[in-house]
This record gives sequence, structure tokens and C-alpha cells, in this order.
Amino acid sequence: MNINFDNDIPIFQQVADLLSESILAEAFVEEGQIPSITELSITLKINPATALKGINILVDDGIVYKRRGLGMFVAKGGCEKLIQKRKDAFFANYAKPLIDEAKRLNIGKDDLIKMIQGGK
Amino acid sequence: MNGIIIDNISKQYKNVKALDDVSLTFEEGKIYGLLGRNGAGKSTLIKAISNRIFVDSGKITVDGDDNVENEVALGKMHVMSEVEMYDLPERVSSYFKIMKDFNSEFDVDYAKAMAEKFKLPLNKKMKELSTGYKSIFKFISALASNCKYIFLDEPVLGLDANHRELAYRMIIEHYSETGCAIVISTHLIEEIANLLEEIIVIKNGKVIVKKDKEELLKEGYSVSGSSTNITEYIKGKNIISTQTMGGLMWCCITGEMPKEAVANIEFSRLDLQQLFIKLTSEEGDA
Repeated sequence: MNINFDNDIPIFQQVADLLSESILAEAFVEEGQIPSITELSITLKINPATALKGINILVDDGIVYKRRGLGMFVAKGGCEKLIQKRKDAFFANYAKPLIDEAKRLNIGKDDLIKMIQGGK
Repeated sequence: MNGIIIDNISKQYKNVKALDDVSLTFEEGKIYGLLGRNGAGKSTLIKAISNRIFVDSGKITVDGDDNVENEVALGKMHVMSEVEMYDLPERVSSYFKIMKDFNSEFDVDYAKAMAEKFKLPLNKKMKELSTGYKSIFKFISALASNCKYIFLDEPVLGLDANHRELAYRMIIEHYSETGCAIVISTHLIEEIANLLEEIIVIKNGKVIVKKDKEELLKEGYSVSGSSTNITEYIKGKNIISTQTMGGLMWCCITGEMPKEAVANIEFSRLDLQQLFIKLTSEEGDA
């Protein structure tokens, strides 16, 4: 596993994103185990505290939970929660910047809708 | 008091203040980045901690014990430095045994396992090793020392890219297993930035930064755009540096990056290396 970290986003956030992607891609299934903090930090060459911080984002959102002595697992319904969270993020990260950039370029609402629909 | 506590130490070499009233704490369970430009005082600091030099004033304690000529205190730390001490005819493998004689905690099996991963030739004589392999030997010895406090002064000097990656992985592995304190001093900031938790920057013998890395990175950001827009935007802000090219302008600013977008201005986070360059640049660098 190798990811190219993006400078503009904190690393722990990118770790959370990577795990989320993997859950959505069903690389980690519900009630299935996810890599340990040590595994994550060694493979990604990051500080274990950063890996922990990333995993904790998913724990706080109820997507991943800890089984004492066993490790971290994907929660039941975790995938669905993730999709909802991603929909919210979709607006903030994609739709809003798209609108902002359109304003900057003086693209009107109708033109923008046309572009999305595939016309010019 | 647990940890290595450095209390107001100073060291003068003729007319150079190598260390100027330095106070720091190194605790177990953290990876520190000790950063500074050539001659900033990093190696002097490490030598002072390991009692290889005497300081003019101030004191250093290890878990509460003064470090001066104190075997218990000094036995808790291992210092890997660029100093060449192994120019002897013995074979590499016998050095691991020698290390075990000096430090009963030294893990020979672990050292050999790491040596195998690096393909370090154990049967070669020490003086026949290449620069890279001499570094690797010292690096392996540092991790296998099983000390509570491990200082790595330029740990990957002369190592090829593959071996550097391997070394970084081994650092995390060792750290995860033991929870020791690791202090890494290096110029290859970009490569190790993600490993570090706390950043210490030394400039002209003084500690100018001592902070959690994430917190530190939040303290500055850069903006770019047309000179007119940027000049207007940066008014009243604390500017670290500016650069212009034609009508374009880049500017690094201290403070937290605004969450809201501003029209016609691009915002980006600084990375550790950029921030380091800005913090330690002198006139005449550019």
C-alpha cells in the first residue's frame, strides 16, 4: 500500500480518508478487521500517533469500533454511515468549490447546469 | 522526574555561542525531530546530553539523575552520531558481541535480523564497509541497544533510497514495540516529516521552535495570486516571506489559514520543510 500524501490536508485526515475509501470499496467489510495502528504507521511511514488520530475520526463517527485485545473492526451499518457522511462532504468539498470557481469565472447558473449535464 | 530534562544549558566555543540557554524535555513515547541548519548547534546539544562535552552552565538530568559522568543516566541513552569510531580491523559480527559486553540490554538477534534485511555483510571487516553500510551498522546498533532514549544524528547519511525507506520503517516498528523516545536529527526533512510528532528547531545555538508538528503547521499558510490582490490581502498580517514573478505574488503568512475562500486568492498549507526554510533563512540564501 502506498499513498502519496497531499500537502494541503493533514495526514491524519488522509489516513481516515484512505480507510474510508477502503471500506467503501469493500476491501474492509462490516464486522471485518482493519489494519492495526502499528501496521498502518509502518506501511505508510507515519507516526503511530498520527495513525491513531486518523482511526479515531472513524471511531468517533461510529464507523469503526475497537474490540479490546483484538483490534479495530468495521461497525455494522458503518458503510451506510460512511456514504451519508460522504454525501455531506460531497457538497462541501465538490459542489461548493465548483460553485465558487464558477462565480470567479463569471459562469452563470444556467451555463453551469448545462456543463454538468454534458453540454457546453 | 521522568525524561531527559535540559535546563538552561549554554556552551561557548571561543567566540561562538554553540548553545545559548537551551531548555528542552525529551519524554518516552514520542518521536522528535531535532532540526537546524549546518552549525546551528544540534550535534553540540547531542554531545552535551551524552556527556561527551561539558557545558558552561545549566544542567541535564535523565529520569532525575544528573548526566555528568553518571553511568546509570548515560546507560539509558544511545547516541548514533556521524563520529567515526569503528576504524578497527575486527569483523562486523564481533562488534555486536562487543556491544553486548558493554550493554547487557543489547539485542544481538534483533541486530542480526536487521542486518540481514539491509544485507549488511557481517563477515566483512568494519573498515572495509562502504559509507552507507557504516551508517547502517550504527543505525542497527542504535535500535538494538534497547535504550529508553535513542538519538539518531543523520541516521540515513549515505543510504540509498531503498535503504532509507527500510530504515524509516524500522524506526516506526521499534518505536511501536518499545514506546521509547527517539530523537532524529537530519537535513532530509521532507522524508521524515510524517514520522515526527514534535519539532525542535535550533538556530544559532538557540531553540526557536519547540512544538507539536500539527500545531506548528497550523501556524502558517501561503497565499498566491496577482500582486494587487495579494498586496491588499496581506495588509496588517504577519508576513514570513514574499516572492514575486511578473504580476504574480506568493506570500507566507503566520496565523491560521482562513476557512472561507477569498476570491482570486489561492491558499495552501505550508509543509515542514518550507516552514523550516522560512524560519531559518539568513540573508544571502536566495
